[in-house]
Amino acid sequence: MALLDAVGVSKRFSGITALDAVTLDVAEGEAVGLIGPNGAGKTTFFNCLLGQLRVDAGSVTFDGRDLTRAPVYRRARAGIGRTFQRMELFAEMTVRDHLLVAERSRLGTGRFWKDVLNRSAPSAEELARTQSTLELLGLATLADAPIEALSLGRGRLVEVGRALMTDPKLLLLDEPSSGLDASETAALADSLRAVQAERGTAILLVEHDVEFVRTYVQRVFVLDFGTLIVSGTTGDVLASDEVRRAYLGETV
Amino acid sequence: MTDFVKYVIEGIPLGCVFALVAIGLVLTYKTSGVFNLAFGAQAYVAAVLFYELRVRNGWATLPAFVVVVLIASPLMGLLLELLIFRHLRTAPPIAKLVSSLGLLVAVPQFVAILLGTEPTFGVKGIWWNDDALYHFGDYVLDGKEMAVVVSTVAAVVLLGVLFRYAPIGLRMRAVVESPRMTELAGVDADRVSAFSWMLSSLFAGLAGVLLAPLYASLVPQNFTTLLVAAIAAAAFARLTSIPLALLGGILLGVAQALLAGYLPPASLLAQNLRPSLPFAVLFLLLLFWPGLRTAAVSRDPLSGVDPPPMAPVAQIRGRFLTLATRIFGLAVGGIVLILAMTTFSERWVTIFTTAVIFSVILLSITVITGMAGEISLAQATFAGVGAFATAQLVSVFGLAVLPTMFVGALVAALVGAIVAVPLLRLGGIFLSLGTLAIALVFETVIVPLGWVSGGAHPVRVPRPVGFVDDRSFLLLCVVILVIVSFFVILVRKGTTGQFLAALRGSETAAQSIGVNPTRIRILAFAVSAGIAGLGGGLLATQKHIATAQDFSYFYGLFLVVLVVTLSTRTVEGAVNAAFGFALIPPLILEPLGLNQAWQFVLFGLGAITYARHPEGVLEFQKRKSLAAIERRLPARLRAAPIEAVDPAPAPAPATATGGSD
Repeated sequence: MALLDAVGVSKRFSGITALDAVTLDVAEGEAVGLIGPNGAGKTTFFNCLLGQLRVDAGSVTFDGRDLTRAPVYRRARAGIGRTFQRMELFAEMTVRDHLLVAERSRLGTGRFWKDVLNRSAPSAEELARTQSTLELLGLATLADAPIEALSLGRGRLVEVGRALMTDPKLLLLDEPSSGLDASETAALADSLRAVQAERGTAILLVEHDVEFVRTYVQRVFVLDFGTLIVSGTTGDVLASDEVRRAYLGETV
Repeated sequence: MTDFVKYVIEGIPLGCVFALVAIGLVLTYKTSGVFNLAFGAQAYVAAVLFYELRVRNGWATLPAFVVVVLIASPLMGLLLELLIFRHLRTAPPIAKLVSSLGLLVAVPQFVAILLGTEPTFGVKGIWWNDDALYHFGDYVLDGKEMAVVVSTVAAVVLLGVLFRYAPIGLRMRAVVESPRMTELAGVDADRVSAFSWMLSSLFAGLAGVLLAPLYASLVPQNFTTLLVAAIAAAAFARLTSIPLALLGGILLGVAQALLAGYLPPASLLAQNLRPSLPFAVLFLLLLFWPGLRTAAVSRDPLSGVDPPPMAPVAQIRGRFLTLATRIFGLAVGGIVLILAMTTFSERWVTIFTTAVIFSVILLSITVITGMAGEISLAQATFAGVGAFATAQLVSVFGLAVLPTMFVGALVAALVGAIVAVPLLRLGGIFLSLGTLAIALVFETVIVPLGWVSGGAHPVRVPRPVGFVDDRSFLLLCVVILVIVSFFVILVRKGTTGQFLAALRGSETAAQSIGVNPTRIRILAFAVSAGIAGLGGGLLATQKHIATAQDFSYFYGLFLVVLVVTLSTRTVEGAVNAAFGFALIPPLILEPLGLNQAWQFVLFGLGAITYARHPEGVLEFQKRKSLAAIERRLPARLRAAPIEAVDPAPAPAPATATGGSD
């Protein structure tokens, strides 16, 4: 059975069908892409997977558990990590703090009475895990920098690191290359490969940049006007007529 | 049946005043995104000005009306827009709300300073003859009431014509969505916004002049209460629809008259429920009126173009400077405490005790606003819960005072947690308005009950054994303040504080790492209410008595203004605010022969800066000057520089969710 199974996911916004029975699956350790032209419903689908939006029909099963109605934070605890298209970082926190707070959330050992008794400082183990993730992503020298001092590309890596601290089985990346230049995008792809190689995390990538998708994922799903028009291995799909039509119009 | 019609007709005039204010609120919210709490203050200013001209200077009605409502009021709106709200366009709605809160506190007090506080009796209306009676079949309205109804109809018709036939109506709607986008389309957003402020201020002026003669004398509280009542009507209109605001206002006035008519006049219900109706309605609307929470928040797609300036980073100090400031602070505190314990007179001991107690109460705002990022306008109410619980438990069960204060704090924490559950379904300004509604419902319905406040006979609270005299009680208060301070610091440093900081930075991101926002925020509300309750218990013990006026909703507003001006983020911010509050009158205002009201004016104006410096304007200055000192220190004493910072800094992290698909 697949790690993530979204079956027949539908979403309507006051009469407009944004998603019409979309079915998608991700296996463990796999890298999957979700592409489609603007307005295809990629972000809507993403938000349905994450619980930011409630689905009108269909189901989301993850790791054998039905998460269709679960709130956002429960899906996170079940093992779905994510990054954001527009950066969502915590103001006035350092890079290390971003990772530590996620680590504490994963462990679930934070207690109010521990705070009050001054027993909430990060343990050696938490610090070590944080350090290893920082090193994996090449952020170790920036660990104590305030988040406001980072560039967009580094900020996105912090988001990846923060998500990794929760030990996700699946990482959802929402247009990770948006706003990055070519070299930053390449650096990000390298980091993601390193993550996959070391931790075996499955990745679902929503992406505009077809080049990034081509070089990075094994399977691709294509959305157009809220329906899944084609899916399969990356090479086949990108060469298919349906994709050309969706991206370039009927006449090609 | 005839009774019913009679009550309905009786309710319409007051309903019309509610409607005028509600329309003005909707107008400013729709056209500038500001939920203008200062509206009540503007109405009050118009009423006072009209009184000055008409009664004190004997002007005729017409010129006085023209000068006040058609000239002075729009001018005031223009000034507010030019000086304050124009610069806050891209600030989040909650920051604008705090700015208007500062005005609500400052403006009426400023008027009191300018015009003195002699009683204002014999308020005149704008009708030819205020007391003339007009018969409609069996029903009677007097001149003042006729004036209200006729003016409201005229104002609403004119507004409708303006929106329907003038292009400015469409432009006003566009400016709310995105001032920058509108400018790109060739519309001068500043002019449109200024116009809409003038228009809505005209409504405030009209409402003020019309409301004034319905009361015996001019008291700012009446106008503030009017404002909050009208918020219910504005909420009924989902903050967007002007016809619904009109309808909501009238319905509210009528409902109040019906309650007054049908409930037996002597019953507790009639006395408590009738004045609280608008607040109860507001609370219920906020919770259950569909579309209010989601539809009303519009976000400027171009707000990122010039976001509010970032706070200077807090951890800029090196070890040396941190140590130096701490030693300095402790030394000053210690010397003052020793002086207070030995040489200060009775009066100064009392003043310092008040300052220490208020420090405790204000630390509750450090938790809810500084850590959780929510503006709660009900902190004085939570303090009251603690005070009344302490007082009643001591007097009824004869418990020892000192432990009972902590029980009172627990009761307040429990109330805070219970109240937080429905409130947290709301967000941003609606949560704040909800806390205001709760504060007013408490004040009008629950506090007057005998088993809460003792009703007409307030409950006496003895001092704890061993701390009976003022000096030893001061020492006790200092010890409790130190304990609470460490408590707050530990919570902020700990997991709770880190999760709250993450939620403040980005709610969706915090959820994406598994933080349950509701749970952690309920905890923050409970901790904050508990601290406020402890402070309330101390205050009652200091004064030997727990009285309702020490915990009025207006105090709740002022407390927020106080802390927001200094600093919401740090413990010393709350302590500084409390000492400023207690010491400015005897140290600065009295020697200079200045009116006590200056204090409210100063802090009120300070709060306006919240939008630019959410960390507190004094905190901002402090960070700046500490950074400057740091630069002048010899290198070996400075903070270690961060090894490698990216050459190109990122834009401010977006707090907005979403994406473009």
